[in-house]
Amino acid sequence: MPDPLLELRAIDAFYGDFQALFGVSLKVNAGEVVAVIGANGAGKSTLLKSIAGMMPPRRGDIVFDGQPVGGAPAFDVLRRGIALVPEGRRLFPSLTVAENLLIGGQSRRPGPWSLTRVYDLFPVLAERRNLPAPSLSGGQQQMCAIARALMSNPRLMLCDEISLGLAPIVVRDIYARLPAIVAEGLSLILVEQDIAQALKAAAQVYCLQEGRIALQGNAAELTRESISAAYFGI
Amino acid sequence: MTEWLNVILQGVLIGGLYAMFAAGLSLIFGVMRLVNIAHGDLIVLAAYVALMVTQALGIDPLTSLIFVVPVMAIIGYALQRGLLNYTLGDDLLPPLLVTFGLSIIIQNGLLEWFTADSRKLQAGPIEIQTFQVMHGVWIGLLPLIQFAVAAAVIAGLQMLFYKTALGRAFRATSDDQAVAQLMGLDTRHVFAMAMALSLAVIAVAGVFLAVRTNFDPAIGPARLIFGFEAVIIGGLGNMWGTLVGGIILGVSQAIGAQIDPGWQLLAGHIVFLAILAVRPQGLFPKVWG
Repeated sequence: MPDPLLELRAIDAFYGDFQALFGVSLKVNAGEVVAVIGANGAGKSTLLKSIAGMMPPRRGDIVFDGQPVGGAPAFDVLRRGIALVPEGRRLFPSLTVAENLLIGGQSRRPGPWSLTRVYDLFPVLAERRNLPAPSLSGGQQQMCAIARALMSNPRLMLCDEISLGLAPIVVRDIYARLPAIVAEGLSLILVEQDIAQALKAAAQVYCLQEGRIALQGNAAELTRESISAAYFGI
Repeated sequence: MTEWLNVILQGVLIGGLYAMFAAGLSLIFGVMRLVNIAHGDLIVLAAYVALMVTQALGIDPLTSLIFVVPVMAIIGYALQRGLLNYTLGDDLLPPLLVTFGLSIIIQNGLLEWFTADSRKLQAGPIEIQTFQVMHGVWIGLLPLIQFAVAAAVIAGLQMLFYKTALGRAFRATSDDQAVAQLMGLDTRHVFAMAMALSLAVIAVAGVFLAVRTNFDPAIGPARLIFGFEAVIIGGLGNMWGTLVGGIILGVSQAIGAQIDPGWQLLAGHIVFLAILAVRPQGLFPKVWG
């Protein structure tokens, strides 16, 4: 068994005095898609922020590619190869679509993704490249946010609720592009409230409940009952 | 009639200088929401740096810009990395207080070092060269150069903002600092680059100020006010608006001075207040700032 690409060992994260994560451990292998599910406030976004360096964990280790990254600032984590697609997309409103993508690529990490490649993946972005980012529809903005993260040629991409606020048909459309992204050899962590979507896309599933891992396993082997028990804590 | 035309023309030309006072102020407020109270004193500091360079090397003030601009830019980078970055946060007050303190330190430092004597940079014959644009209307060569440089500085900043990777980083950081970091931008460095650029513009403004008029360590705060007024008249975040703001301020002061020499500054402030009352967002607001 090769070493995992990312390993979290018993991390605790806090917002001030409020503890949001309790001893969370998690592994992502190279090329693997991992889903993290859980109810609102279970700590899913906190988990991604901790990995991405936006919120360093107070205790525990984060090891990426054999190197400890816990406590490194976000810009450094990105340069090592972890990109976050933030919740709510958070494109830069005063930049055009193309400029948003270029900012994503400014770390100049080498790899398969370039403006041409992300435009191939999301042709609608090529059509709208010179428009301001806020003029895109919600689904297009999500595509732009994913493309922006890809531009840094990450080895691990963290997606925070990419289905949030989007029509089901748009969500399906976006999820349909994920295999093409994973085929380039990167790993994904998908944080989702849409459990069905997450289970379909992922190999491994972790369910968070009130800041703790309540369930983990192979996506194909988990039963609906065990998931709902872990999800709702009943 | 030609008398008034002359007055307005002089006002327009000095407006370029005010726009240079304002551009650096507007730039750093836009990028990092920092109101630099020491801005005017840094302009005066640049004038003294130019004084030392011209005296030490025996070169004319405009040539001294080759040294003064990079020196001020380095000071700006170091100031931001070493001090001002630590004051930034959700609260606007700490940077305001720290730059206020800095303003006092610079003024008193200059006073200790250079005394309160008024100084001037000598640019030689171009200071008094003039040419006639039409019957009875004359333009000085130096004010014209100063205005052309100001327009070039504004155009350069505009290009930098919209055509270069650094400008893109400035705008992205201005939009959303946290996400800019997620894109691999070290905002401490981005802020320091913005301050370096601001002080490079200050260097140009300081040298032209010192060629045009006498200066002493205490004149900084008034330049800060002119800068603020030009930014606000023009509308925050719009570089060309800042140039127009500077021109409006310059023309108002020139007309005020023509009516009664005591009204020069007052006229500028009154026009500023009137515009603030009617259009608080300024004439051409464009919010990247």
